[in-house]
Amino acid sequence: MKGIPVSTTVNGDDVEFVCDGRETLLDVLRNHLGLIGAKEGCGTGDCGACSVMLDGQLVCSCLVLGAEAEGREIETVEGMADGEKLHPLQQRFLEHAALQCGICTPGFLIAAKALLDHNSSPSESEIRYALAGNLCRCTGYDKIVRAVRAAAGDVRRQQKARARRKAAAQN
Amino acid sequence: MQHDSKFTNQKFKLVGTRVMRPDGVDKVTGRARYGADTFAPGQLVGAILRSPHAHAKIRGIDTRRAEKLAGVKAVITSADLPDLTDGDAELYNVLENCMARGKALYDGHAVAAVAASDAETARKALKLIKVDYKVLPHVTDVDEAMKPAAPIVQPRVRSKYRPGKRTNVAGVTTYGHGDVDAGFAKADVIIEKSYKTEQVHQGYIEPHACLASVGPDGQGELWVTTQGQFAFRNRCAALLGMEMSQLKVTSSEIGGGFGGKTHVWAEPVALALSRKANRPVKLVMSREDVFRASGPASSTSIDVKLGATRGGRIVAAHAELRYGGGAFPGIWGEIGAMAAWACYDIENVRSVGYEVVVNRPKVAAYRAPSAPMAGFAVESTVTLMAEKLGIDPVEFRLKNAAREGTRASYGPTYGPIGIVPTLEAVKKHPHMRARLGKNQGRGMACGFWFNFGGQTCADLAIGEDGTVALSVGTVDVGGARASLSLIAAEELGIPYEQVRCNIADTASLGYNDMTDGSRGTFSSGMATIFAARDAIEQLRQRAAKTWGIAVKNVAWKDGKAIAKGKRKSLTLKELAEASSNTGGPISGHNQVVADGAGVSFASHICDVEVDPETGATKVVRYTVVQDAGKAVHPDYVEGQFQGGAAQGIGWALNEEYVYGEDGRLQNPGFLDYRIPVCSDLPFIDTQILEIPNPNHPYGIRGVGETSIVPPLAAIANAVSDAAGVRMTHVPMSPPRILAAIKSSREEQELTR
Repeated sequence: MKGIPVSTTVNGDDVEFVCDGRETLLDVLRNHLGLIGAKEGCGTGDCGACSVMLDGQLVCSCLVLGAEAEGREIETVEGMADGEKLHPLQQRFLEHAALQCGICTPGFLIAAKALLDHNSSPSESEIRYALAGNLCRCTGYDKIVRAVRAAAGDVRRQQKARARRKAAAQN
Repeated sequence: MQHDSKFTNQKFKLVGTRVMRPDGVDKVTGRARYGADTFAPGQLVGAILRSPHAHAKIRGIDTRRAEKLAGVKAVITSADLPDLTDGDAELYNVLENCMARGKALYDGHAVAAVAASDAETARKALKLIKVDYKVLPHVTDVDEAMKPAAPIVQPRVRSKYRPGKRTNVAGVTTYGHGDVDAGFAKADVIIEKSYKTEQVHQGYIEPHACLASVGPDGQGELWVTTQGQFAFRNRCAALLGMEMSQLKVTSSEIGGGFGGKTHVWAEPVALALSRKANRPVKLVMSREDVFRASGPASSTSIDVKLGATRGGRIVAAHAELRYGGGAFPGIWGEIGAMAAWACYDIENVRSVGYEVVVNRPKVAAYRAPSAPMAGFAVESTVTLMAEKLGIDPVEFRLKNAAREGTRASYGPTYGPIGIVPTLEAVKKHPHMRARLGKNQGRGMACGFWFNFGGQTCADLAIGEDGTVALSVGTVDVGGARASLSLIAAEELGIPYEQVRCNIADTASLGYNDMTDGSRGTFSSGMATIFAARDAIEQLRQRAAKTWGIAVKNVAWKDGKAIAKGKRKSLTLKELAEASSNTGGPISGHNQVVADGAGVSFASHICDVEVDPETGATKVVRYTVVQDAGKAVHPDYVEGQFQGGAAQGIGWALNEEYVYGEDGRLQNPGFLDYRIPVCSDLPFIDTQILEIPNPNHPYGIRGVGETSIVPPLAAIANAVSDAAGVRMTHVPMSPPRILAAIKSSREEQELTR
């Protein structure tokens, strides 16, 4: 077995690892980097529990090879909070009881963030289709959709506050 | 100390509020550790070789080449799991299911296993194991398996179904009372109908996973995703010949179970591999393995006969329920027979359950196990009867619903129960008046579940700063730690945030039954209340000692000891700080057999839209009304209602094990075994009713399971209303609905 050396960025940190050419990005995150937030629910891209962002693109990390991470930027659930401050999605998931067992939660949070990053005013239907690649067996999705809707409001408020600050700085 | 479990109707300060769950931050930041999320020094990777045949004699297994592969540390077959079951037939079934013994009984049955230094080596080693199979005729269908000429799955099965002969019917049980034949003679209208439901899987998103470590000193540890660490310890210890106390089992966070994690599958194999290799072994099932070799619920075939008077009273009811148990005998038909008629007050009632073995994986409990299929058959027929009599289906159910004092079809006489209130709530619900669009229809159905209490133990340790560590032994499957912390805080009179609830491992607490039968919050709630009262007793003693007065003159109120008739009080914090001088650490404890789990009823309303061109059904509106006894944390009660409904919707419309002619499972993955996704479902409306359980201090009933019982029939009744076809085969997948629409059109044309 010849290992492949890979240099990449995970949640803003420079990371280097050596992986087998057959190992998935999910294997690497979990087994080499100790980032267990992404879960393997199926290994075939059907459940979304392993969702991460790769160069700003939502992917199933079980369908990406570890070696493909070379020179890319990876974001995982471990990087969502800003220090002590939870991301609005994390906060709203807690407030709305949008998780029961919680195994699918990291994947949902990443997929929902991918949605809100480019659409902070999604309709119910847009939320439901954006999350249709993530399976949850506990909740019936009801409270997840409500949490994402509430978080979208938070994100819009943050965007407005930023815009106001920017305008004030320019004046 | 004896504690009274009678309901007292106390006023709550905390119970019933929607607090944040204590395990929440870990779960939204990726820190929570599930079955596959732990690692041990020097750990190996375990992998299991599975039979590709539905039924085959194993003439030999050659493991020599696998053993020689560099990096392979242990290879095991059934020879490494000797029979230590000592005549315990059920335990032997578990042993044989963990590893085939001479015969592979279903596609996916484990035949050998390896432990290797990495996953790739383990996979390679499996390919080097040569198994010499002689393929045998198989049977996977319940009705086919009952025929006299069917291939025999288990030669050791005997029952009264075919006395003295080999059979696939492992048991026949009958429940009911009255004279059913006389009842039918009095009926003005009789409906007879047959139903089929296909096999479904619990579909938890977390595959079975464990980390096992056994040393030559006979000591072992198991980290595992399970619904019951104590039951797993007992099972594994018995199968491996270990002493219970030498095996410490820790339950990880659990990524869904729904009954599927009440059963050991690969865990004894992982322990046997670890023992042989003398290294920790991590074994994680693939999704394909989960589908092929763990969990599923029964497939069924059910006949129902219902007789009623023109006035709308049911006078006789009979059901024959045939449940596939997989390759091993179960009690699934019996539970189905018990649950079938439980919603109704019927003078003459009978149900017969059959346990059928087939060449499929061993069936495990799935949320209110066996009740959804029986409910589908019964509640479809009840609606048919209402239609035939020209009575509103809710009114017809109200006329026949069980009430306090009704003798249940399965034996006991009901105390205060919630079926009539749920039906009354349905009648008044705005959902019933919502407008239906084109191709849309409405259906409703009721459901019942027994609920369970069982053996329970809790410890409540008070820290010197006055905060509380609560240890319980029931695995938290969906927010129970929040509920139990609320209960402890309520009893002690302290803020919720000052209680931290911990799920104890098997070395840290007395035995607890599993989290099953909707017992977690009911039974651990009861033990927590009693443990808190035990602690309060000690706190009162400490205060009495401090003040030099009699204990009887010390009351406990709002988190404080109060000297009666005097203006003196000591807070829990003050008492805890002084504990080293007043008698040492303060901790409450309780063990209880939590009897008196109140039965649970629900009524669901469902609107669907059926596309007549494709046969596809979309659920457009859904409402759950259920009795919770007392909702300790309403968010998570609603969550149970919604989750059960969603699973029922999947079962009703999509989910199905598809077996080929060759007896192999053709859809062992989430792509082809399609569970509902977010865009398939509407918001699921819930209404919590609280009819106190008289046998619990807070009136709590289990809430987890009942919600999966009504959906199958509610949706079938709605589809019938929308498309004008009565569906008798679940799942009501597009091809089945299209075929039903087509044959109904042809029938109409013929009779024109």
